[in-house]
Amino acid sequence: MKLFDKVFKFNGGIRAETKKNISTAQPIRKIPLPKKIVLPLRQHIGKLAKLKVDIGDEVLKGQLIAEADGNVSAAIHASTSGKITAIEKRLIPHPSGLPDFCIEISPDGKDQWIEKKAIPWKKIGLDKVNELLLESGIVGLGGAAFPTHLKLNNSKKAGALNTLIVNAAECEPYITCDDMLMREKTHELIQGIKLVHEILNVKESVIGIEDNKTDAINFIQHAIKKEKNISLQIVPTIYPSGDAKRLIYLLKGIKIPKGRRSSDYGIQMFNVATILAIYRFIEFGEPSISRIVTITGNLKSPRNYELLFGTPLKEIIDDAGGQIIKNDTFIMGGPMMGFKLPSIDVPVTKAMNCIISSEPAMIEEKKPVLPCIRCARCAEACPVELQPQELFWFSKSKQLEKAEEYNLFDCIECGCCSYVCPSNIPLVQYYRFAKSEIIEERHEYEQANIARERNEFRLQRLEREKLERAERNALRRAQSSSEEKTKLIDEKRKAIADAMQRIEKEDDKND
Amino acid sequence: MITSILVVIFLAVIIGIVLGISAIKFKVEGDPIIEKIDSILPQTQCGQCGFPGCKPYATAIANGEADINQCPPGGDEGIHKLADLLGVEYKPLNAEHGEPKPKSVAIIDEKTCIGCTLCIQACPVDAILGSAKHMHTIIEKECTGCELCLPPCPVDCIDMVAIEENAENWKWKYPVYKIDKVSERRAS
Repeated sequence: MKLFDKVFKFNGGIRAETKKNISTAQPIRKIPLPKKIVLPLRQHIGKLAKLKVDIGDEVLKGQLIAEADGNVSAAIHASTSGKITAIEKRLIPHPSGLPDFCIEISPDGKDQWIEKKAIPWKKIGLDKVNELLLESGIVGLGGAAFPTHLKLNNSKKAGALNTLIVNAAECEPYITCDDMLMREKTHELIQGIKLVHEILNVKESVIGIEDNKTDAINFIQHAIKKEKNISLQIVPTIYPSGDAKRLIYLLKGIKIPKGRRSSDYGIQMFNVATILAIYRFIEFGEPSISRIVTITGNLKSPRNYELLFGTPLKEIIDDAGGQIIKNDTFIMGGPMMGFKLPSIDVPVTKAMNCIISSEPAMIEEKKPVLPCIRCARCAEACPVELQPQELFWFSKSKQLEKAEEYNLFDCIECGCCSYVCPSNIPLVQYYRFAKSEIIEERHEYEQANIARERNEFRLQRLEREKLERAERNALRRAQSSSEEKTKLIDEKRKAIADAMQRIEKEDDKND
Repeated sequence: MITSILVVIFLAVIIGIVLGISAIKFKVEGDPIIEKIDSILPQTQCGQCGFPGCKPYATAIANGEADINQCPPGGDEGIHKLADLLGVEYKPLNAEHGEPKPKSVAIIDEKTCIGCTLCIQACPVDAILGSAKHMHTIIEKECTGCELCLPPCPVDCIDMVAIEENAENWKWKYPVYKIDKVSERRAS
C-alpha cells in the first residue's frame, strides 16, 4: 500500500502539535437529559430564525420551533419533548459575548419524538429535497454553520456535479469530533455518503482525511472495500488542509479562483458530520437536534460527547470532571480559529465542534507584541497566498480600500500568519477588524441608498399630490360657476317633482 | 498657402461636426458632482445642515453656497471624504449645526399616540405608518434617525432610542495591546 495518494501541496500552512490524543482515549458519551434546554435562534450564518411557538406550549422532540427566515437562514427544532418556559435574551456562544434571543425548554423527561417520516427522495426530486432541507435545520457542522440547503442550491445553479468530497481532514489541533464519529459510526457514515452521492448524482465520492487519524482510516478503508465509487485519499497533516478550497487543491489539484465556487467545477463538499445529519434526516426523518462535541484541554476527563443542542455547557464540563487547574478560560472551536467564550453558561449550538479548557501555558505565557520587522514569514505561511504583512499595515492604518484591493476577503482567518509571526502580532485580529468595518460600511451605504430612494419617492409623491389637488380645485371651481349651479339646482328640482308625481299617482291608485 | 488653409478649414469643420454630435449624444444629465457629493452624504435627510435634505445640501456645496462641515450625522469621516472629493482643506465639524450623535431610531409610545398624523407628514423617508385617529408606528428598518418627527408631535410620544450593539451588528474591535518598553522587560 502506498502511504500517500498523489496530493498537490498548497503554499505554506503549519505543522503544529496536534494534541488530538487527549480526547480520543474514551468513546463518545451521551449525558442524561439536562434540566433545561436553551436553544438560541442564531446558531447559523444568516438571518435569525422566526419563532413558531409561545411560552407554555408543549413541544415534542424534533418539532419545528423556529423556521428559517428567508433562504439564508436555518430552522430550529426542539431537541427533546417538554414545555416552552421562556423566550428571552440569554448569553450565547458568540465572540461578541452579547446575549441573543433563545427559547428555553423544560424537558418532561419522556424524550418523545414527533412522528418521523423518511423522505422519499427518489420520487420527489432534488428541488423538493432541497425545500425539505430548508426545514431540516441542517447547517455545515464543521464549524462555519453555513445552511446546507444553500450549498445545494448553488450546485444546482452551476449544473452538473461530478465529485462529492467528504471533508474528514479535521486539521485543527485538539478537535477530534469528526475522528471519533468516523471510528464509531463508520457504517452509518458510509451509508450517508452513498445516499448523498446518489442524491447529487455524482460520479465519484472522495473522502479526504489527514494521515494522523490511523484508526479512522483503517475503519473506513475496510468499510469501503466493496464500494466502487467511493475512495479514501490520505493527505499529510498540514494545517489548514481542512479548509474547503485547500482540500480541493490537495485532492484534485484544482485552484478555485476568487469569486467562484467549487460547484462551478463540479465539486460539492460536505463535512462528515453534515453527511451524517443529512442521512439521518432523509432516511429517518430526524431533523438536526444533536452533534458530537469535543470537550478537551485542561480537564480531568477530556473526551467526545454526543449532545443535544441547547444542553448547558456547564453540565458537560462538570461531567468531564472540571478543570484540572482552575482558570475559567474556555475556547470554542480550535486553538487556531476559535474564540474565547464569554462564560460557560452558554448552550451547545450547531457551530460548537470543540470546547478547549485553556491550558495555563495558553494564557499565561503571552509573549509581548513587538513591531513588525517585515520578515515576510507570514507570506510564506499563508495558505491562500496573500500578503499578510501588507494586509496588516493597511488594516492597522485603517486604509480599508487598500486592504480590500489586496484581497482581504480571501483571507480564511486560519491564523497561520499569527502563528509564525516572530513579533507575536495578532494579525488575524486586525483582519477581522478590517473585514467587519468594511462590511458595516457597505451596509450603511446600502441603507443610505434606500433612504435616498424613499426620500426622492416622497418628494415626487408630494409634488404629484399638489398637482392633483390643484386639478381638483380647478374642477370644483368650474362646477360652482353660476350657470352650472342653476343647472344642478334645476336637475334636483326636477327629480323632486318627478318623485312627488309618482307618489301622488300611487296614492290615487290606492284610493 | 491656399491648400494649407483649406486643409485647416476642412479639419476644423470635421472636428466641429464630431464634437457637435458627441455633445448632443453623450450629454450628461444633471450635474455629476452633485451626485458624487450626495453619495457621500449619509442620507439622513435631517436638515441640520440648514438645507431641506441631503440633495439640496449637495447642490449647495457644488455651487459653493455651503461649507463641507455642516453635516453632523456624516461626522468627521464624511468631511474627510468630501474634502478628498472636492480637493479642499479638511475643516472640523461646525458646532452650529449640531454634534454627531450615536445612530438611533425613533420609537412611538403607542399608548400615548393620538393619531394626529403630524409626524407622518414630517418624516422625510415615509418611515411612519398610521392614519388619522389611529395609532402610528415607526418602520424601524427605514428610520434614519433624523428627529424631524419630534417637534410636531403634540403629545410628545416619540423617543429617540440609540441602536444598541447586538449579536447581529456586532463588530470585531481594533486590537489593543500594550507594548512594553524593552528596559522594563529586562528589569522584570
